[in-house]
Amino acid sequence: MKISYNWIKEYLDLNVKPADLAEKIERTSVEVDDVVKPSDGLKKIVVGHVLSIEAHPDSDHLHICQVDVGEDAPLQIVCGAPNIAEGQMVIVALPGSRIANNVKIKKSKMRGVPSAGMICSLQEIGFSEAVVPKEYADGIYVLPADAKPGDDVYDYLGMNDSLIDLDVTPNRGDMLSLYGTLHDLSAIYDLPVKFDQPAVKEAGEPIADQLSIHVDESLAPQYKMRLVKQVKLAPSPMWLQIRLWNAGYRPINNVVDITNYIMLKYGQPLHAFDYDKFAGEDVYVRNAKAGEKLTTLDEGEHDLDVNDIVIADDKAPIALAGVMGGLDTAIADGTTTVAIEAAVFEHDHIRKAAQRHNLHTDASQRFERGVNRTGLQDALDAAAQMMDELAGGTVQTGTVVAADNVPAPAVIDITMSRVNAVLGTDLDQAKVTHILETLGCDVTADGEKLTVTVPVRRNDIHIPADLLEEIARIYGYDELPATLPTGRMTMGELTTSQKLMRATRHSLEGLGLNQAISYALTTEDKAKMFLMQPSEVTKLAWPMSVDHAVLRMNVITGLLDDIAYNSARKVKDVALYEQGRVFYREDGTDRPSEQEHIAGAITGTLLPTAWDAPAQPVDFYQVKGIVAAYLKDMAVNGDVTYVANTDMPEMHPGRTADILVHGHRIGFMGQIHPTIAKKFKIGATYVFELNLQAIIDMPKQENQYDVISRYPAITRDVAMLVDNDVTNDQIVELIEKRGGAFLQSVKLFDVYDGVKVPKGKKSLAYTLTFQDKHETLVDDVVTQAFEKVEKRLQDDLGAEIR
Amino acid sequence: MSLKDKLNELHERGLAEIKKSGDLKDVNQVRVSLLGKKGPITEVLRGMRDLDAEERPKVGAFANEIRDDLTAALAKRREELENAVLNAKLANEAIDVTLPGTPVAKGEPHVIQQIIDQIEDLFLGMGYQVLSGPEVEEDKYNFEMMNLPKNHPARDMQDTFYITKEILMRTQTSPMQARTLETHDFSKGPLKMISPGVVYRRDTDDPTHSHQFHQVEGLVIDKHITMADLKGTLQVLAHELFGDKFDVRLRPSYFPFTEPSVEADITCFNCGGKGCKVCKNTGWIEVLGAGMVHPNVLKMAGVDADVYGGFAFGVGPDRFAMLKYGVDDIRNFYLNDVRFLNQFTKKG
Repeated sequence: MKISYNWIKEYLDLNVKPADLAEKIERTSVEVDDVVKPSDGLKKIVVGHVLSIEAHPDSDHLHICQVDVGEDAPLQIVCGAPNIAEGQMVIVALPGSRIANNVKIKKSKMRGVPSAGMICSLQEIGFSEAVVPKEYADGIYVLPADAKPGDDVYDYLGMNDSLIDLDVTPNRGDMLSLYGTLHDLSAIYDLPVKFDQPAVKEAGEPIADQLSIHVDESLAPQYKMRLVKQVKLAPSPMWLQIRLWNAGYRPINNVVDITNYIMLKYGQPLHAFDYDKFAGEDVYVRNAKAGEKLTTLDEGEHDLDVNDIVIADDKAPIALAGVMGGLDTAIADGTTTVAIEAAVFEHDHIRKAAQRHNLHTDASQRFERGVNRTGLQDALDAAAQMMDELAGGTVQTGTVVAADNVPAPAVIDITMSRVNAVLGTDLDQAKVTHILETLGCDVTADGEKLTVTVPVRRNDIHIPADLLEEIARIYGYDELPATLPTGRMTMGELTTSQKLMRATRHSLEGLGLNQAISYALTTEDKAKMFLMQPSEVTKLAWPMSVDHAVLRMNVITGLLDDIAYNSARKVKDVALYEQGRVFYREDGTDRPSEQEHIAGAITGTLLPTAWDAPAQPVDFYQVKGIVAAYLKDMAVNGDVTYVANTDMPEMHPGRTADILVHGHRIGFMGQIHPTIAKKFKIGATYVFELNLQAIIDMPKQENQYDVISRYPAITRDVAMLVDNDVTNDQIVELIEKRGGAFLQSVKLFDVYDGVKVPKGKKSLAYTLTFQDKHETLVDDVVTQAFEKVEKRLQDDLGAEIR
Repeated sequence: MSLKDKLNELHERGLAEIKKSGDLKDVNQVRVSLLGKKGPITEVLRGMRDLDAEERPKVGAFANEIRDDLTAALAKRREELENAVLNAKLANEAIDVTLPGTPVAKGEPHVIQQIIDQIEDLFLGMGYQVLSGPEVEEDKYNFEMMNLPKNHPARDMQDTFYITKEILMRTQTSPMQARTLETHDFSKGPLKMISPGVVYRRDTDDPTHSHQFHQVEGLVIDKHITMADLKGTLQVLAHELFGDKFDVRLRPSYFPFTEPSVEADITCFNCGGKGCKVCKNTGWIEVLGAGMVHPNVLKMAGVDADVYGGFAFGVGPDRFAMLKYGVDDIRNFYLNDVRFLNQFTKKG
């Protein structure tokens, strides 16, 4: 809501600049979007009197005008506006002036005729298209006849006012009016409000003889109408038009303008009906009936819902209550009798109707948030009186009050000790009482207990906490001390699982992977890939896009998306890991379970290529090295083994392994299948994904000191030819089993399956290290153990020792 | 010629030869020729037996002096020559120290993670627990128990990814308030927790909106927690994340689950509070929402609102990272361009 600084000052004796006022509002009541003075940025724009016009010789629409701008000689200005006429007072941008959008106007020639400036429309000096009166929408604006040539136009058009745009939070419906804003400012600045409530001059017949209203009070707890006869539609006076356009409303005619003006001033939406267009003298407030239709003022046609509240006459709905009036009973040329409605509609119905019909109006917004339930009659009276004064209408005697259920004011008890205990302040009772009273509350004290009666217009205040907010903000948040919570000590410590997750991230970063955070919402196709356990997909009911419609059941595809994004930008070396949740759902349940996973993906080269290190493309053993090092860091208790898996559809059948700890599968790794790589438009990529929750839950080894032997170690190398299907694991296992008590380690140092070995065979070579912790090993002991190993290799694995 | 003169002459000649020697081989030859068993000094010493018993020790001492001096001169010369050889070798080994170092594999935590870790560490130090909650949440916890009943205007269906009518992607980390309030045993001490995590909103992704982002919820409930404590806590948070010269101010706001509700602004980074384009000339930037926990939230979770109360706040690490590092597009955080990820490597 845009509120006028000048308007505020009419009622409140403020002595602050607009920017300071805005700052104060923002710090104390609601957010301020901006403060705008419409004349800012404009220069040398004055009133001109069109002395004469003649047609341009070389144009069928341009006119050559002689314009008195208060100087010795008139200016010649060429003007293309269709509504230019002799005698008009117009807006002239002089040579050297600046108009809207910082456009500079210079002397020029138009089709050969010199033109010293420009005659302007309102839009050209910065008015929004939406507020320009319809008759001037396509041409220049004509100022009142008493404007003085040569004067700046700004004051004539209200452009020296400052407009403060309030972003009102949903709880502060009261701030959607001048009235409410004034009362808040009155508390903030501790100043009285001088609000003028006019007396209505009633002259016509009793309204009761002309109108009966039948209201369903559950839909409209309050409903009133006044009737004004013999109105004469005309443009509103300038001051009223200025108030409206500065608030963002287009002036239409005096009757409609009055209803908008009263809404802005009082916060009470009013609707003006053309009484003569009612079918009968009865008006009903009821639910719409199935099949009923209504064409609203904006010419929109609506199929009404049975939950909509309508105003109806004897025949049909004439308004969508609280949202928008109907076209058939609208104020239009020829209207002479106006029925003014002031009502309160049930907010939930209004919110849903506005949504249903996609009609979010200023009226519906105010009804949704709640209007001043004690202010209906004042708003109605002020509107009727203005129709008398500005439209020559005769206000009929009386008001039809069909329903008037005004809620009782909230009465809240609060103690001073509570106020200070919650705010952390040391306020005295007089101060708190004064703050509450400036807000319009009635306060009675009983010792330190305050009984506070809240004005009905503040429908956001119900409980002591609400009063605390009022006290705190008016007292000023800057005045609050800044302290830290005291009380019993608490431990701040990460849980075991949180520590492990941090350790996981640190480990993988140490191993060269960057942490990625990808989208957890993906496509159904991707969600189903790389599944580690069977699961139903979980879909969003109304996704925004197909790309983010299903909850992921793997982390890898997000990383592949990331690699694709990098790859498309020519970043070919990518090493990422991600720690996050996957969502598994069992058939027949709505809610998936969430499982922490850790996944990685590498493509290109792991180390950046450099002048002294040839590029080494990523391969299976690099990703295995990462996984093995990570699992070592996590110190899971139990052997980690890797078993070839040829069955994962998204993985290379010959380059994929399941990762097992103590025989339990906790994940997999390997190269993604070339068809998947192609689908993602990426190169050869190696991945792993592990069930992090399983790792968290597994028993861990503790770090333990082991004596480092002071005695020398003896090494023996063994090279052998074995069949291709004999694995490293088999050989190492055998050596470890048969190597005797002093075997410390077995290390593979060569693998060869090239031309120098027979087909179907491969050559493997190991270094065996023997060491005793208590004495120097004797060579014979080692030889004995080593020969035993060699014999077993030959006997059990058919190895040919070389 | 007396033996002494002979020795003197030998001494001079020896020193001259040592000086002349060009390499280690020469030095060795000089050593052998001067001090060897068949060398002149040995010879002179042999001639000593012809001397008087009186003279003998004097000449002997003198000969030893000469021999020691020559031995020292030889050692010195050898060292000189060895150093020259070594220096020549080292000179040969010179490299271009400006060539780049060999790359090492090194990964970085994600910038959002860095901010979350920083917040976690700060609050752990102040005795808070870190809790994480489900990302797929019940309507009950996400909204109802946060004082947002079914028809509340602030929970427009538009903003939430629903899975079923009752199950949704959490739109905030606030449901962790309700979940922890429900289970916390206040007889064991106050509740002080933060809860970081991923949240989801039904938004179209653009430079300032993302359908997925992060929040850190904070909650402190005890018998005597004040709004001043909230202000002090937020000040500590701002100082930790941005530096001591940043100030915090509170403004009234509205959240259904807090009363009073405030927005917290911090001093604008760009201008340090003078007013600039970034802060719309206010000198302040809005960074988080907070407030005193609404009694309804406490009551719904079974906590006695007459005895217990406290504050809650919600921080957006994405927004913090954008402000702190000047990131102009929130989507950068979720696309994981390596060139982006590697911009945030400063440690400590």
